[in-house]
Amino acid sequence: MSTTTTTPVSRMTSLARAELTLLGRSKGTLVAALFVPLVLPLSVRSAAEEMDLAEVGLTPGAVVLPAAVGFSLLFAVYSALVGVYVVRREELVLKRLRTGELRDAEILGGSALPSVLTGLAQCLVLITACAVLLDMSAPSAPHLAVLGLLSGLVMCAALAAVTASFTRTAESAQVTPMPLLMISMIGSGMFVPLELLPDQVASVCELLPLTPVVTLVRGGWTGDLSAYESLGALATAVAWTLLAVFAVRRRFRWEPRH
Amino acid sequence: MEANEHEHVIEVTGLRRVYGGGFEAVRGIDFSVRRGEVFALLGTNGAGKTSTVELLEGLAAPAGGRVRVLGHDPYTERAAVRPRTGVMLQEGGFPSELTVAETARMWAGCVSGARPEREVLALVGLEAKAGVRVKQLSGGQRRRLDLALALLGDPEVLFLDEPTTGLDAEGRRDTWELVGALRDAGTTVLLTTHYLEEAEHLADRLAIMHEGSIAATGTPAEVTASEPSRITFELPEGYFLGDLPPLAELGVSDHTVDGRTVRLRTRELQRAATGLLMWAHGAGVELRRLDVRSASLEEAFLGIAKDASAGTTAPKEYAA
Repeated sequence: MSTTTTTPVSRMTSLARAELTLLGRSKGTLVAALFVPLVLPLSVRSAAEEMDLAEVGLTPGAVVLPAAVGFSLLFAVYSALVGVYVVRREELVLKRLRTGELRDAEILGGSALPSVLTGLAQCLVLITACAVLLDMSAPSAPHLAVLGLLSGLVMCAALAAVTASFTRTAESAQVTPMPLLMISMIGSGMFVPLELLPDQVASVCELLPLTPVVTLVRGGWTGDLSAYESLGALATAVAWTLLAVFAVRRRFRWEPRH
Repeated sequence: MEANEHEHVIEVTGLRRVYGGGFEAVRGIDFSVRRGEVFALLGTNGAGKTSTVELLEGLAAPAGGRVRVLGHDPYTERAAVRPRTGVMLQEGGFPSELTVAETARMWAGCVSGARPEREVLALVGLEAKAGVRVKQLSGGQRRRLDLALALLGDPEVLFLDEPTTGLDAEGRRDTWELVGALRDAGTTVLLTTHYLEEAEHLADRLAIMHEGSIAATGTPAEVTASEPSRITFELPEGYFLGDLPPLAELGVSDHTVDGRTVRLRTRELQRAATGLLMWAHGAGVELRRLDVRSASLEEAFLGIAKDASAGTTAPKEYAA
């Protein structure tokens, strides 16, 4: 008789595998997650050509590449995952998973894995495409770019769980991610680098969740981020992630409201 | 396995559950389930059965009182309890776009000591549906898939929340047989149902819940025995109630007359029936539509529900 005992890794793998199958069967999510982040960087590129980038020491590539990473995190990870969490809750899947050996964090983590890996793969494709098409040099501080990307993936998954906490239905899951999408696109240096904004506005925008990700990825290529600035950005990303985890522990809803 | 016959696998004391809006769904209940026993929580919709079972499953923390499953708190000591329990929720909980086989494989990966998926699907008669998406299953097939998943880990304790709701007569019979076989194999089963015959058929002991409290507990026979038996017949043409032998002498506690139909209630069924039939024989009359029956669980259930809503009874304890 088999007496295999499950481990957190084996349980999450099993759940992630099922979620990957579901992701492949969810056409709407796939289109939004895979297509949008491929198209949006093109509009950033045409916008970048209008800007006076040279004055602040930036190239179009240094604007488009971090923006592409940001779009991927926002669409392929954050908003796709809000939908996954909400639909699984409405289907009572989360409740059923909680009757078993999976811990709460494993349920959220395992469900997030396919979206996170999709986002990661998409970022790598986009980064390669940007580097080749925009004729960019090799990154001067690749560790910062890696750090930015990884912290962004974790933070977006955690923020998706927060958004799902106050999203009641699959329909409203189309709307509730909008505020963060908008704020990030406008204020996190994706369309317009913070360097081109008035100082006071820029210092507020630095505190937005996606800004440190964009900053670190851009700094990874340009190499003009000081250690102090890098740590500051990293601290902001970690703070948002911890805040999200705290909110999820307190507020996440595992069952539909009656 | 070495098992102490009298070990209490589930112990519930003073258990309360209060929902966000202040509604008290479970109002201080006590019961215990011994190893290898099938225990039924019986009650109408809204009696608090599911609210209670969810506390036993460890899905929520109680507002008051204590739950122990296999000696542990199922909410705070999740890791100690979950590998040894199987749960069938009242409804669904499966992604609609996965097939039956994919659902079972996903769950098997989350269960320690899982049996082969095909084996449990065959156990509930779903092996032919392995490639079908969950959204295309009938309500009854979904219930059976849920049961299959609950059985994947060969649990010591099985929680079944309305396991046969939505099943046809044959499916219900199959589920009953399966639960019977599990009991024979030593599994402890706690089930909820609003089907009285289900509780009567399956349960070693049961508790009748009403408005968040337990109104009666005991074996089905003990709970039933507390209710009087009934004799019903039509008075023969030309006879009146007064022509019968004195009812008190027959052991009849209560009677009603509706047109020519007489209903007697008695706790001494044999004495009352014999007296009545001897009288009819002696008078040379036929008692049309004669119906003599012991109390059923249904009458006990309705009687308890009526008493409880009138607020007249403390919990009845029939347990030996």
